[in-house]
Amino acid sequence: MDRKKVKQRSPFREEGRAARWFLLPSLLGIGFLVLAPFVETIRRSLYNNPGTQFVGLKNYRSVLNNQAFQLAVSNTGRFLVVCVPLLLAASLGLGLMVQKVGKGGRRFKTTFLLPMAVPVASVTLLWQVMFAKNGLANAVLTALGAEPVHFMGTGAAFGVLIFTYLWKNCGYDMILWLAGMDGISKALYEAAEVDGANAFQQFRYITLPGLVPTMMMVSVLSLLNTFKVFREAYLVAGRYPHDSIYLLQHLFNNWFLDLDLGRLTAGAVLMAAVLLVLILLLQKLLERRDGT
Amino acid sequence: MKKGSRLYYIPLTLLALLVWWPLWFMLMGAVQPVDELNATIGPALGVGTGQAHWTLLPSWPTLQPLTELLLDTPSFFAMFWNSCLLAFPQVLGQLLIAAPAAWAFSRLRFRGKKPLFTLYIVLMLMPFQVTMAPSYLVFSRLGLMDTVWAVILPGIFSAFPVFIMSKSFDAIPRELLEAAKLDGASQWQIFRRIGLPLGRPGILAALVLGFLEAWNAIEQPMNFLKSQNHWPLSLFLPTITSENLAFAMGASLIALAPAAVIFRFGQKYLELGIQSSGLTQ
Repeated sequence: MDRKKVKQRSPFREEGRAARWFLLPSLLGIGFLVLAPFVETIRRSLYNNPGTQFVGLKNYRSVLNNQAFQLAVSNTGRFLVVCVPLLLAASLGLGLMVQKVGKGGRRFKTTFLLPMAVPVASVTLLWQVMFAKNGLANAVLTALGAEPVHFMGTGAAFGVLIFTYLWKNCGYDMILWLAGMDGISKALYEAAEVDGANAFQQFRYITLPGLVPTMMMVSVLSLLNTFKVFREAYLVAGRYPHDSIYLLQHLFNNWFLDLDLGRLTAGAVLMAAVLLVLILLLQKLLERRDGT
Repeated sequence: MKKGSRLYYIPLTLLALLVWWPLWFMLMGAVQPVDELNATIGPALGVGTGQAHWTLLPSWPTLQPLTELLLDTPSFFAMFWNSCLLAFPQVLGQLLIAAPAAWAFSRLRFRGKKPLFTLYIVLMLMPFQVTMAPSYLVFSRLGLMDTVWAVILPGIFSAFPVFIMSKSFDAIPRELLEAAKLDGASQWQIFRRIGLPLGRPGILAALVLGFLEAWNAIEQPMNFLKSQNHWPLSLFLPTITSENLAFAMGASLIALAPAAVIFRFGQKYLELGIQSSGLTQ
């Protein structure tokens, strides 16, 4: 019996030893560059700016009471709530249409994926030309008889940012949806057809339920991609854009440029905590679903 | 396909215009003489007055701005080279560091694997705003602020390629590995001889995504590279807009070129990488 135990365990041990070597470089890097500095970040968030005096939760209070912080949180929250559902719906729509046209869909797939590869810096110029006061978008608007809009100087900036986000990320999500659709058995559709279900019924009762697992992951990835929209906002509107698109990212950046380490570290810890809870919750949710 | 499916071409084509038009704009903008640019889109950028407008084709196409940029502007070359210097080491480092780690997560059994992989997923999902403060603290302590390493190192040790690559290693049939083990191959040999060749699509997928990310990066270089002589194209472009429109147009197009080439030849892997990013188990 003893020998049997050893036999079972030895390949496990051997793999464990090998795993250590395979993981070592990556773990060293992450440990030194991310984990250890993050512990230091937590420590620094409890000290004053030069890091000489323990101040308790003062930095956290100062972050939470900061007006710019409140504005940025509410803008970022608004952006997430508006953008993620819009993106999910738009990319699902694209995916469905691309799938329906069959072979010809290939070209469209490429097209909608292209913005992902276009550097933000390259489109900045175009966006400025588009959305300036006397830019091209207003040229079209006036030609149609509408009033010109001051895009970057009013609440319309929020709309421009949403458009940019959708433009850039629709392709990515569309690919995820298409992969999800491929996973749904064709036999289900054939059976539904025999039973006389129309296209909408097929979508409602086969496609949509079949895409629920995909939706979870698309939502998580889209949520996190929203943090990258800062690039567009920054490049189009600079460090201090219109109030409606002043996001958490701007705030963090300005803290960094001012070397306001107290607030920067406290803000980072707060944001990490919120996201960590969110991610772990979602993972639990996914695991439970896979378990049943 | 069914008859009705042709109908979808109409909305799809209209939406595709939203992608094609900007690209057309950039392509045509790069071959327009500067006077024409100043007259058409100049007003929107503070050059001249009146309303900006755009014509589908330039009235007098010229390659002069592009050749001037490529042949007579050493500073542009330096910037382009900076971009390469930041992007390629990141991708190469990811290959060397992430591939073995991904193999361990995918194919080896060891204690603490599950919590460790969860840690990688959490790190992968943390945005730059969270890692900015820790990175700053460590790089300023090591004296690496304002050097290319402050941008390259976080890229190399990114958790994202580990995740993507491990998903493609998962698909390798177990029998192959067991057969190799019976033949007396070591774990390293199995990784080298079976894992790397068969996991290639996933590895390339991670690298394509990694390159696009590195090439387009704004946040890291903007915060960690103070001196302009380290700046990549992605940072420099927005600063030249109104000075010389033809220059800006050409530079935008050329900054796009490497990403477009990678996209053209790596689209298959790009799609694969995106699909893997959506796999939870």
